Amino acid sequence: MRYKTNLSQRGQADTATYRFAQGLGIFSIVLGLFEVVCGRWLGRLLGLEDKEYIVRLYGGREILTGVAILAAKDPTPWVWGRVAGDALDIGTLACGYARDRDNIGSKVTALAAVTGATAADVYCAAKLSGESRLPLPPVKDYSNRSGFPNGMPRAKTGTAFVSEVVVETV
Amino acid sequence: MRALVWHGKEDIRCETVPDPKIEEPRDAIVKVTSCAICGSDLHLYDHFMIGMKKGDVMGHEFMGEVVDVGPGVNGRLKVGERVVVPFTIICGECEQCRRGNFSLCERSNRNKEKADTVFGHTTAGLFGYTHLTGGYSGGQAEYVRVPFADTTHIKVPESLSDEQVLFLGDIFPTGWQAAAQAEIEPTDTVAVWGCGPVGQFTIRSAMMQGARQVVAIDRVPERLTMAEAAGATTINFDSESVVERLNDLTDGKGPEKCIDAVGMESHVTSTVDGIYDRVKQALMLETDRPHVLREMIYVCRPGGTLSIPGVYGGLIDKVPFGAAMNKGLTFRMGQTHVNRWTDDLTRRIEQGEIDPSFVITHQCGLDDGPEMYKTFRDKEDGCIKVVLRP
Ligand SMILES: NC(=O)c1ccc[n+]([C@@H]2O[C@H](COP(=O)([O-])OP(=O)(O)OC[C@H]3O[C@@H](n4cnc5c(N)ncnc54)[C@H](O)[C@@H]3O)[C@@H](O)[C@H]2O)c1
Ligand SMILES: [Zn+2]
Ligand SMILES: [Zn+2]
Repeated sequence: MRYKTNLSQRGQADTATYRFAQGLGIFSIVLGLFEVVCGRWLGRLLGLEDKEYIVRLYGGREILTGVAILAAKDPTPWVWGRVAGDALDIGTLACGYARDRDNIGSKVTALAAVTGATAADVYCAAKLSGESRLPLPPVKDYSNRSGFPNGMPRAKTGTAFVSEVVVETV
Repeated sequence: MRALVWHGKEDIRCETVPDPKIEEPRDAIVKVTSCAICGSDLHLYDHFMIGMKKGDVMGHEFMGEVVDVGPGVNGRLKVGERVVVPFTIICGECEQCRRGNFSLCERSNRNKEKADTVFGHTTAGLFGYTHLTGGYSGGQAEYVRVPFADTTHIKVPESLSDEQVLFLGDIFPTGWQAAAQAEIEPTDTVAVWGCGPVGQFTIRSAMMQGARQVVAIDRVPERLTMAEAAGATTINFDSESVVERLNDLTDGKGPEKCIDAVGMESHVTSTVDGIYDRVKQALMLETDRPHVLREMIYVCRPGGTLSIPGVYGGLIDKVPFGAAMNKGLTFRMGQTHVNRWTDDLTRRIEQGEIDPSFVITHQCGLDDGPEMYKTFRDKEDGCIKVVLRP
C-alpha cells in the first residue's frame, strides 16, 4: 500500500504496519478455526459449558474478520473490527470467570492472551488510521545520475591520496 | 543579514541577525554564494543532539567569496578569493592538525572545557553545530565569520561551478574517508547502510577505490535508484531481509567491509531491537538508535572492518560486542578530516572522474530554507540534497 504516512515515518509508505495487519489477519483465521473445531473443549475449560455455541460463533467471527483483513484494499476498518471483537471476548471471559472459579488458571491465561492481542490490535489500528489517504506522488527517476561523467571504469583508480598539507602522516 | 536560525525542535526560522565582524586576527568574513542542508543538521532539527541554544545560526556546508580578512591571515587568503569552507575549523599547527587529523584539532574548539568533560578530550570546533563544539555561527546565512581562516579553507578553481565543488566541504570527503578507512581491496564486497547524500558519496568512493561489489541499503525508492545508477546492488530493508540478502551476495560469508552512513536516527521498523530503542529513548535511558551498528556487527565477515561516518551523539545500548570481539572486527569512525582529502578530490572533479552535482535534487533561496528542512527530513518530493542560495 503506497500511502503517505505520518511524520515519524518520514513520508514513506509504511509497509511494516501493513505487513503487521496481514499477520493479524492470518492469526485471526487460525484462532477462529481453532475455536470452531475445539469449541466444546474450550467452552468447558473457560466455564461456558452450556454455551459452547458462543465459542463457535466467535470463531466464525474471527475467521470472517481475518479474511476481510487479508482481502480488503484498506484493512483499517477490519482491524478496528478486531478491536471490537476483543472487547466482546474480554466481556465473555469475564462472565465465565464470574460463574465459578473452576479452571482458574486457564481462565486467567485466556484473559491475559486476549488482552495482549487487544494491545496489538489497537496499536496496529491506530497506526493505520494515522496514514493519510493520499497516494504517494510518483517516484522521481534518478536512474541517469551516476555521478561519473566519463563512466565508472575511468574513475576507478584505487588509492586515496592524502593532501599535501599533511606533513606527518601516521 | 538573513540567516537560518535554530529555535528548538522542528523550529528553524529565516531571520535577520547582526552581520558578523572580524573578532580575531586570523578571521575572515565570507559572503556565502551557496550552502547546503546536511543530514547532520537533521539531528539538530529533530533535537537529537543537545547543546544548541535559541538563536544559533545553522549550517556547516557552505562556500563563497572572501570579503574581509583579519591582520593575522598574512596573505594566505585574499579578499575576492573563492573558497569552500570545511565544516571542521582547523588551526593547522597543533599536533593533530599536522598529522592530518583535522576534525580533532586541539585548538579550534573555544568551549574546550565542555568537550573535555563530555568526551574526555576535546575535538575540533565546528560551524553551526552545538556549543559542545564551539558554538560557532553557521553558514546558512548571507555572511559567515571563518575563524583560523588562513588554514580553514579550500581554494577552488574558477572553472568549476558552485554545484560541483560545494560538497568538498563535507559530504564528498565524508563518503571518501568512510571508504578509505575501510581499506578496500579489489576482492571486497562493501555494504553501505543508508543512501542519503553521505551514502551516495560513500557508494561512489568505494567503487573509485576499487571495490569488487558495492551493496546499498535503504528503503526510499528514489535513493535506491540513485545508488543503482552508480552501479550498486540494492537492498530495500522494508521488503527484504538485509542479513539474508547480504549473505546470499557473498556466498554466505558476509561482506568484508560494512559502512554505516545512517547514524543515530535509524528507522524504527517492527524489529524487536527497533522497538526496544524507541522505548528506551522515550524513558531517556538511551540517546541514539544503534540498529545499523548491530546489524553490521552481525553480518560482517570475521576479520572485516566497520567504518562509521554516520553520527552518534551519546549513549547506545545492547551492542553485541561479544560478537564484534570474537569475530575480530576493526572499527573505524570519526568526523571527517576534510582537508586531508580535498587536494585529491578537487583534482578528480577537475579531471571529470566524478561530478558531485549529481546528488542535488532541490535548489532555492534562504527564505524557503525552513520548509526545505522538512522536505529533506521527510524525504518528500524525491528530495535527496538541498542547496540554498542566500
Ligand atoms: N562523519 C562526518 O563527518 C559526517 C559528515 C556528514 C554527515 N554525517 C552523518 O552521516 C549520516 C547520513 O547523512 P545524510 O546526509 O546522508 O542523511 P540522511 O538522513 O539524508 O540519510 C540517512 C539515510 O539512511 C536511511 N536509513 C535509515 N534507517 C536505515 C536502516 N536501518 N538501514 C538502512 N538505511 C537506513 C534513510 O532512509 C536515509 O536515506 C548522518 O548521521 C550524518 O550526521 C557525518
Ligand atoms: Zn554535515
Ligand atoms: Zn589544530
